[in-house]
Amino acid sequence: MAMQFYASPEQIMRDRSELARKGIARGRSAVVLSYSGGVLFVAENISSALHKVSEIYDRIGFAAVGRYNEFENLRRAGVRMADLNGISYDRRDVTGRALANAYAQTLGAIFTEQSKPFEVEICVAEVGDTPERDELYRLTYDGSVNDEPGCMAMGGQTDGISGVLRGSHRSDMSLHEAVQLAMRALSSVGGEGGAARTIAADQLEVAILDRHRVGRTFRRITGAALTAVLDHEVPAEEAEEETPSAAAPGKPTSSAGSADLEDKPEASGD
Amino acid sequence: MAAGFDPSGRLPDVFTNAGTSSFTQFLTAAAPELLPGRRPLPPGMAADIAPHATTIVALASAGGVVMAGDRRATMGNLIASRDIEKVHPADAYSLVGMAGTAGIGIELIRLFQVELEHYEKIEGASLSLDGKANRLASMVRSNLGAAMQGLAVVPLFAGYDLAANDPAKVARIFSFDVTGGPYEERGYDAIGSGSIFASSALKKRYRAGLSLDDAVRLAVEALYDAADDDTATGGPDLTRRIYPVVMTATAEGTHRLTEAETASIAEAVVADRMQNPGG
Repeated sequence: MAMQFYASPEQIMRDRSELARKGIARGRSAVVLSYSGGVLFVAENISSALHKVSEIYDRIGFAAVGRYNEFENLRRAGVRMADLNGISYDRRDVTGRALANAYAQTLGAIFTEQSKPFEVEICVAEVGDTPERDELYRLTYDGSVNDEPGCMAMGGQTDGISGVLRGSHRSDMSLHEAVQLAMRALSSVGGEGGAARTIAADQLEVAILDRHRVGRTFRRITGAALTAVLDHEVPAEEAEEETPSAAAPGKPTSSAGSADLEDKPEASGD
Repeated sequence: MAAGFDPSGRLPDVFTNAGTSSFTQFLTAAAPELLPGRRPLPPGMAADIAPHATTIVALASAGGVVMAGDRRATMGNLIASRDIEKVHPADAYSLVGMAGTAGIGIELIRLFQVELEHYEKIEGASLSLDGKANRLASMVRSNLGAAMQGLAVVPLFAGYDLAANDPAKVARIFSFDVTGGPYEERGYDAIGSGSIFASSALKKRYRAGLSLDDAVRLAVEALYDAADDDTATGGPDLTRRIYPVVMTATAEGTHRLTEAETASIAEAVVADRMQNPGG
């Protein structure tokens, strides 16, 4: 029988951490930040079909860096969990915190039980009524979860990017300012000898959770709309009648459709 | 809720595997008790145990489809609800209404709405209109056992087909029977207890290519005719101000007419019928 070498649990964990950290640092970065009109996701991504940023539910978005097959796996699980809870209870009962918890448990279990941890770092973001009530959760390969107020960066050379982001982030930024800042942060690292570089608009994946919408708030910003947002201030879409959080008083209880589909009928006359 | 909780606390494998983009297929594995048609029923007829929802009409117009439903649910000779809502948006470009056992119908619509949204989120693209109709057909089919015991429900599905090349074919309507279907209808269709009267009225008045506003008016007229001759269909309730639910699906998406709009249309229809009760 082959002799098994002894490895201390400490050593095993250290090796797994190192593997995951290296894998994540090799990839391109993504940043998430809240601005006056919602939550902005910007990821460096040369593919326009394989997304790093996605919709989970009405007011919840997902961003990830690392190995595609692994975070895609988690994204599907998140959509399934959110839809299952949404149909079992009500759309308003699906929260980012519950999702972050489930991801933390899942990543933690994979880290300790499987021989290879997931080489991913993910962000679960929930847009609130005000920038102060936005929730940004960072989940790392070992299942630890952190609440990151305001802004966060993941993947690649995170330290440099975070530095730029934290230095200039304000919660009352416009979308144009926020995209500009994200772009500046992402391009601040990775050039020749650690210098800044330029990133073309078509290498960015940009999406928002729009604070002022009812129902499904996730929108991708691509093509001409993205160039416009990068270049100059874009007047905010005429904010549809602002409804606080996901509560849609006019939505019939018999429907599981999002509130933006169920146009709110005017209050009846009686 | 979900079957097979993993002792480690992680999400069970059924959540994370790549298997399917369908929410109902996922539920089959994760929480089958949430699916209609999966519950064992005692033998015998059960038709009278729950309220029945009645008439829905749908019309194709030049700009898109219109779907309207009355607001009554009945239980035998009693009125179970005066303000039930039986027409809902299925997704951004399609509408669904139901007739039959109300509870199962509501569950079917809820599941169908989540089914379409779920596919869209998982795959990053919407199903084709035909794909949606086929999916709904299989969901109706799964209720066949209960339908045979009197708990039947049939939906009506209509949508704006974004993939259509011919502008005359953008507005499409599908009907179903308890064994599934789907059957694509030409121009208009009605389901439920008052459907004979509603579709007779539509047969005489419907013209291909009519405008969206005319189609809305015609839908409300057809429901009036159904309520005229079928006790299980409710007419516009002017005293309580309860009017039919009218929804449209056009290139701009789905839209529900406001209470004020449906009120003025329903009042106009009633005023005309005061002059000529036959319409």
